[in-house]
Amino acid sequence: MISQIVIVLFDGFAFGMLLFLLSVGLSVTLGMMNFINLAHGAFGMFGGYVAVTVMRQLGLPFLAALPLAFIAMALLSILIERTLFRRLYKAGELNQVLFTIGVVFVAAAAATFTFGTVQQVIILPDWLRGSAEIGGVRFGIYRAFIILVALIITALLVFGLERTRLGAQIRAAVDNQRMAQGLGLDVERVFAITFALGCGLAGLGGALAVEIVGLSPSFGFQMLVYVLIVVSVGGLGSISGSFAGAALLGIGDVAGKYFWPEIGSFLIYLLLVAILLVRPLGLFGKR
Amino acid sequence: MLKSTALAVVLGLGVAWSSGAVAQETLKIGVILPYSGPFADAANQLQAGIDLYIAEHGDEVAGRKIELIKRDTGGPAPDVARRLAQELVVRDNVDILAGFALTPEALGAAEIATEAQKLMVVMNAATSVVTEQSPYIVRTSVTIPQLNYAFGTWAYEQGIREAYTLVADYGPGIDAETSFAKGFTEAGGTIVGADRTPVANPDFSAYVQRVADADPEAVYIFVPGGAQPAAIGKALVDRGLAPPDIKVLGQGELTHPEALESMGETARGIITTFHYTLERDDPLNKAYVDGYTAANNGREPDLFSIGGYDGMHLIYEAVKATNGDTSGDALVEAAKGMAWDSPRGPMSIDPETRDVIQTVYIREIQEVDGELQNVIVHEIPNVKDPLHGAAQ
Repeated sequence: MISQIVIVLFDGFAFGMLLFLLSVGLSVTLGMMNFINLAHGAFGMFGGYVAVTVMRQLGLPFLAALPLAFIAMALLSILIERTLFRRLYKAGELNQVLFTIGVVFVAAAAATFTFGTVQQVIILPDWLRGSAEIGGVRFGIYRAFIILVALIITALLVFGLERTRLGAQIRAAVDNQRMAQGLGLDVERVFAITFALGCGLAGLGGALAVEIVGLSPSFGFQMLVYVLIVVSVGGLGSISGSFAGAALLGIGDVAGKYFWPEIGSFLIYLLLVAILLVRPLGLFGKR
Repeated sequence: MLKSTALAVVLGLGVAWSSGAVAQETLKIGVILPYSGPFADAANQLQAGIDLYIAEHGDEVAGRKIELIKRDTGGPAPDVARRLAQELVVRDNVDILAGFALTPEALGAAEIATEAQKLMVVMNAATSVVTEQSPYIVRTSVTIPQLNYAFGTWAYEQGIREAYTLVADYGPGIDAETSFAKGFTEAGGTIVGADRTPVANPDFSAYVQRVADADPEAVYIFVPGGAQPAAIGKALVDRGLAPPDIKVLGQGELTHPEALESMGETARGIITTFHYTLERDDPLNKAYVDGYTAANNGREPDLFSIGGYDGMHLIYEAVKATNGDTSGDALVEAAKGMAWDSPRGPMSIDPETRDVIQTVYIREIQEVDGELQNVIVHEIPNVKDPLHGAAQ
């Protein structure tokens, strides 16, 4: 029994970390900039396509494809932010929601046109496949890898936002835009960088997710629900909140399905409701 | 204003007159499929099968030119399918309804086929009840019980005594679970556990762990195509649930080409039941696969493709048999009992139920010339759907 609990915890935590990687970028953009970007999952989708394409066409290794997915999505988001999203910062929530969900539809159509409707396959290197047996329990190697990446990203983000100059600028620009401008901060530039960071993280999460959840043009819609659940449970703009929320939901989901398979798939929503009843702003939400 | 109105009227009359004149010769087929949304891939593969048949056999049959009118349901929406079928019949004057990748689409359109007395060719939707919804429905794909009832019986004959079933929690999955279990237990086997997974399940680790705890001789799996087959295959192997220690059984979607590619070595030894096998060594199949991959950038045909291809075959042959008479009654009569050699193997239409009778192939993933393939290990000829006419 103890080994089953260990494996359920491990699998749940790994699934949670995958959700975290997919959603932490949205926590950054939504929490820091108050911009409701429902197209976040579409950036994740294109990140996945970038990874698959460079691996298949250029023969690059998986570990090189991951940063490329991040960079490609960061650059794409700068373009999108300049041309489309910038006009919507002051447009009100409903307009943002309508516009960005429209972007998801456009993205799905663009992906269908470019890559076709077929399920994309990512071929992992041998050292990431299979499982390792420790103390009679078999741990999936790729799941352990996802946990590792998530921990590294968390550390970088927490350090970057709280200990660096750029982090201080972002926080200042978010808290009081006019004051920050008065102090000579280029708020537009800071927002563009923040947005690129969030969408780059989505691209990275998408590239990592292909192996577990697959990749087709409907990815942006499929992942949207999970991403929004994690962000709302974690609390806006809180990296550690997203981390804790994702871990809780992942473990809750896997443990629920394991112990009560009849209601297992519904448990993630029950958790969401329970947490938001107790803490309407999410676990670590400030606003 | 008056001028432009007059012009519009003249133009409209012109269009109406010309289309009326053409309608003598064109044979209009309304194709209803989920071209967009999560099942877009299935629709595209099915459409490619239709297109290939037309490209190979010309777009004229019994002196009438074929015209396809495509309509998109966006997914399993019976109300949308019903509305589209109505529009196709009333506004576009189609002679035949075709397509239907998903059961809800077929159920939605069935009533319209009955009212309008139009032949309705179901090219995929695979639950048993579909053909019972209208006397004008003919199916050219497969039924899930047809594949799995025989498979359950075969599994017992192979010496398997205990099995665990793990299926997606929706109509087709439940159909698969019950028909496999029926075949297996009637032969004498025992089902030691049965779990159902959410239809859009991203992570199978919890369910696979439950199977591992039960430690059965065999596990039977049914998941929708797309990303899930590879996901569940890998999850099983990560737990050490792999042949030869445990038999992994499932319906053919489990080992479709993309899933095989994604699973790699982990797919070895998986046994599936299916009506179409891409790798089947047969001249008709080889020509079909070559033609299909050439027309679709190297993409290989799958179960949807063959359903569309044979559906068009049925339409062509039925219209030939009636000499171009496209009334629903004449076409259904022509379709009943029709038999032909398809790339999938010999098949026919049951005159009683208007459903498909065909060979069920049991395949195992084995290495052939350094590549993992579905290798046919057993054939069960002339299988009918076991549920039609049975008291339920």
